Amino acid sequence: MSQVNRLNGGLIDQSRSISFRFDDRWMKGHPGDTLASALLANGVRLMGRSFKYHRPRGPLTAGSEEPNAIVELRDGARQEPNTRATTAELFDGLTARSQNRWPSLAFDALSINDRLSSFFAAGFYYKTFMWPAAFWEKLYEPMIRRAAGLGSLSLKADPDNYDKGYLHCDVLIIGAGPAGLAAALTAGEAGLSVILADEDSLAGGRLNAESFAMGQQAGHAWAAETAARLAAMPNVRLMTRTTVLGAFDHGIYGALERVSDHLAVPAEGKPRQILWRIYSRRAILAGGATERPIVFENNDRPGIMLASAMRAYANRWAATPAQEIAVFTNNDDGHRTAADLTAKGVLVAAVIDTRPDAPKGQGYEVIAGGTITNTSGRLGLAQVEVTDAKGNRRQIKCGALGVSGGWNPNVSLTCHQRGRPAWDVDIHAFVPGGTLPEGMVVAGAANGVFSTHAALHAGAEAAVGIAADLGHTAPSPDLPEAEDAPVAITPFWHVSGAKRAWVDQQNDVTAKDIKLAHQENFTSVEHLKRYTTLGMATDQGKTSNMAGLAIMAEVAGKSIPEVGTTMFRPPYTPTAIGAFAGRSRGTDFRPIRKTPSHFWAEEQGAEFVEVGMWLRAQWFPRAGETHWRESVDREVLQTRRSVGVCDVTTLGKIDVQGSDAAEFLNAIYCNGFAKLAVGRTRYGLMLREDGIAMDDGTAGRLAEDHFVVTTTTANAVGVYRHMEFVRQCLYPDMDVQLISTTEAWAQFAVAGPRSRELLRKIVDPEFDMTNEGFPFMACGEITVCGGLRARLFRISFSGELAYEIAVPTRYGDAMIRRLMEAGREFDVVPYGTEALGVMRIEKGHAAGNELNGTTTALNLGMDRMVSTKKDSIGAVLSRREGLNEPDALRLVGLRPVSPDKPVPAGAHLMTKGSAVDAAHDQGYVTSACYSPNLGHQIGLAFLKSGHERMGEILRLVSPLTGIDHEVEVVSAHFVDPEGDRLRA
Amino acid sequence: MHDLVAITPLGAVRPKVDSHGPVTLTEVTDRALASVAARLGHEAETATALERLLGAPAPGPARHGGKSLMAFWMGPEQWMVEASFETHEDLARQIGSDLGAAASVTEQTDAWCRFDLTGDGLADVFERLTTANVRAFEGGEAQRASVDHMGCFVLCHDARHISVLGPRSSAGSLHHALLTAMRSAH
Amino acid sequence: MLINHPLLGPRDASEFIYKGDAALIHRPDPTAPDAQEVFIDYGYLRDNPAGAHRELWFHEQGDRSWLVVTRDTVTHEITEVELARDVARREGRSK
Repeated sequence: MSQVNRLNGGLIDQSRSISFRFDDRWMKGHPGDTLASALLANGVRLMGRSFKYHRPRGPLTAGSEEPNAIVELRDGARQEPNTRATTAELFDGLTARSQNRWPSLAFDALSINDRLSSFFAAGFYYKTFMWPAAFWEKLYEPMIRRAAGLGSLSLKADPDNYDKGYLHCDVLIIGAGPAGLAAALTAGEAGLSVILADEDSLAGGRLNAESFAMGQQAGHAWAAETAARLAAMPNVRLMTRTTVLGAFDHGIYGALERVSDHLAVPAEGKPRQILWRIYSRRAILAGGATERPIVFENNDRPGIMLASAMRAYANRWAATPAQEIAVFTNNDDGHRTAADLTAKGVLVAAVIDTRPDAPKGQGYEVIAGGTITNTSGRLGLAQVEVTDAKGNRRQIKCGALGVSGGWNPNVSLTCHQRGRPAWDVDIHAFVPGGTLPEGMVVAGAANGVFSTHAALHAGAEAAVGIAADLGHTAPSPDLPEAEDAPVAITPFWHVSGAKRAWVDQQNDVTAKDIKLAHQENFTSVEHLKRYTTLGMATDQGKTSNMAGLAIMAEVAGKSIPEVGTTMFRPPYTPTAIGAFAGRSRGTDFRPIRKTPSHFWAEEQGAEFVEVGMWLRAQWFPRAGETHWRESVDREVLQTRRSVGVCDVTTLGKIDVQGSDAAEFLNAIYCNGFAKLAVGRTRYGLMLREDGIAMDDGTAGRLAEDHFVVTTTTANAVGVYRHMEFVRQCLYPDMDVQLISTTEAWAQFAVAGPRSRELLRKIVDPEFDMTNEGFPFMACGEITVCGGLRARLFRISFSGELAYEIAVPTRYGDAMIRRLMEAGREFDVVPYGTEALGVMRIEKGHAAGNELNGTTTALNLGMDRMVSTKKDSIGAVLSRREGLNEPDALRLVGLRPVSPDKPVPAGAHLMTKGSAVDAAHDQGYVTSACYSPNLGHQIGLAFLKSGHERMGEILRLVSPLTGIDHEVEVVSAHFVDPEGDRLRA
Repeated sequence: MHDLVAITPLGAVRPKVDSHGPVTLTEVTDRALASVAARLGHEAETATALERLLGAPAPGPARHGGKSLMAFWMGPEQWMVEASFETHEDLARQIGSDLGAAASVTEQTDAWCRFDLTGDGLADVFERLTTANVRAFEGGEAQRASVDHMGCFVLCHDARHISVLGPRSSAGSLHHALLTAMRSAH
Repeated sequence: MLINHPLLGPRDASEFIYKGDAALIHRPDPTAPDAQEVFIDYGYLRDNPAGAHRELWFHEQGDRSWLVVTRDTVTHEITEVELARDVARREGRSK
């Protein structure tokens, strides 16, 4: 089919044709087209159905403020719902589908809603779906979900990438229309670093949509030339296809750059979009203005659009919605549309101007003091009914109507902090007011300055002011002569008496709905918005809010500034969730930390588990093992029988040095460290200041003034931060220095009765490894394998004779291989975090499940560790009465009475015969596992007065999982309670 | 001499080198590192000792420098000293004896991985990774910054040579992030 | 937000970890007879001003300094930033 409504000229490349598909129809357009302009050129006005009533709709605008022409773009995994046809740049092979219709756009079954509209007035959902309550989940919600919904998702992973980035500039200029271009030129020539961002693919703003000249040039030609000049300046970054989405604290802005949306597929390695965070010292908002419609009966038929949009389609895209058009206006701007379309050879049937003193038409009829009182045409406008000043009605045939109700400055970004728009009586619109975002000035139409001449000068002056502020001198800018018409407008918001007059076309809010809301006492503008959903659709009411406020003011008998305006919030235009995620998805969700033995463990076929960001070997399956428990049981039994090795590098290691290092440890640990001998290690418990256990670990004293503190893997970062707080804020004059050394050392636990024999082969012979020479809790700096510096700690988490050996990380891979090789004669086994967990539960050692942010030293059975001879963080409040009740929880062990029964973590303990409810709760299981040494499951639990209840039989319940059986309270030390093994 | 074979942070025997467009990304493994923190009341002594070691004054906040050895600023009264691994594998012990009781010295060599980016358009790569204003760097900057969520030091030698020191355990993620940003930017 | 670090200049707030009221510097005397009560106040009771607020921020992705930042909780205007160690010394935390 041919491009029946294509005009001559425009800023598109009519020498080349590209193909695109809308629903099932293939059409041709030209490079430079948007989907909307290409559809209009092809004679298509109907582009979608409305949200609530499924009314047929066409484009209202030619930009990002579009409420109606919302389509699903692309196919397959790249399918994207709710995309504005007015901003989608056409590329060869583009596909799009209309939304909210079934079975087809021309015949939509749900348009029956339109006939039932008297039932669907404002608040319909709240009123109708209230009763009976049970119907909500089963009937109402599924029904509403089917009927509503905007577009559909592909339900496939997005194949494209999104980047995030950070930019810095002296001045960010938002909008590359006349004001923005003049500002950028001035600031650029003054030597400031400038970012000029515009959402459009072309710089120029309205200059590309208008026909007037700039000096001797066409406006668009001046814009293109100026953009080229700016692009050549090294201190200016011209960013087209970049929407500034939000203004944040201290000059920070968010902006979305659409790098590849205008292409079928992004180039190799390139993102689809980039979300930039822009740090600016100053900003100039030159975001222009948006034309607003007039509200009248049946004002939503395809073909009815803003007069400025009609002009933009004709001048920039060489497209017209129809060959015969009319204009409805309350100001001089509407006449520009009539003049420009006449010049393009389109027949202008009439200009209906609400002003009795309307200017004369230049080759078209003007109906002064007239209004449009109805329209007709089933799937597109066919004619309008005009009522003239005397009240006479007549029909005028036209396929399109341009509507101009005046212009609203785009104040959105001025409101993202504390700005509150102010009413300007000269232009009858809100202009920026209140406290603007720090460093922001507003120039041009966004500030209510509508002539091109004034906008150019306002932009340049804003830049001169900023340059001076930042210590630069701006040369006086060389600006062309430009149009300087005064604003001539008589406010006219809606044609009274209309019944089905659309205020918010995307959410189908009518003038009647607003009156109804007022009648029902929703008189605050914020309530009005939420009750009627005015301005709450994807377009955020850019074209509808003002008319809604005006009607509200009228029914309330107030002025518009008295009614006030709702707030604008980021993002300025709808933004893909992917852009906020950036690269942080899938395996790149967050950085991965690998242990020094990772590559070796991979070779062994280890299963890995994420612990914080670390990947740790969870177990090492062997040939023939079909269940993870087989591997874990083997690793546990073999370690306890001979020797096992586990990478424990992930534990936090903090180097503490200084003449006050021991005193510092005394402050952070509840137990004493001052008297710890050099060459010895001690277990330490850290409390929070509120008396709750924070973390535990060991600290080894390498010298009088040098300790190595270990933390749990999960708390390494938090403990370091806490230690810095104590050092800098509480004890600023302690001589102590901290640094993390977690990553510097590869550390391996070597555990089991034969661990000493194995390490004897690794540790250089001059170091005494005997039980007397290097006893339990000894530590020291040694050398291994013929002279490599290393550290050795005799500490045990498993309860066995055990050591931890540390070597510089680069040798960690070699060390694990050496340990395995040297240990072959002792039947050495690598073990993972599961076996580590089983052995610590068997030994009754507390870990993260027990230090869970609610437990005290008393709960953990370590109350005697809290020294009363010295002060430490948390000591005072740990002695609070409420934390020391006689029936406080105590750590105990649990054994199922019937050995085949499980002891799941999270299950609760009840006294036999009591009710199973929170009031009778006796405690809960924190850690549980199958003990291969005992042959049944075991658990660690917190139990009220647990230390006095050994041997008691309790009921273990977990109603959610159906657990209800008996367990016996036993010591938490299931293995070697006397600790003989670790001292062997 | 011990007989253990070191591996690189990326898990190989030799450092990895990648090129894309105008940028070359090189894994650097031949540097030894030790942190130096002045003891309370020994700040001047530490500064003098550092100047002797570096052949230049200890660098100020967010700077790096040095002649015989290099160092960069980490925090108040705290620096990271850098030397050749071949000659200074046990750097902490070596400078520890120079500094005596004036400062606390801690071995840091293997806590970090290092990648050097060389070539043109480095700022285009870094603006996708970090809030640090790398475009304004001229040489001598040493900024601790989050690089794609990893805590790193970004050291600028000149506009065509920038080093990133990151946590050794995340070398794979950091390398991936740098290479991805290179491909996105160029 | 940007925090103007006294040594490093303006840095993005995302580099910092927020802790809370700078009154946390004033850890009470644990030997006082009413230590329990005073510690409860110290630990749990905070002013919640709409206006200037002195608060502790940790430069985690930076030089690991704790800072005392005076920030208006209504406008986010930051009027003063100091090293917490200097503040602590000035306000009597020296030994």
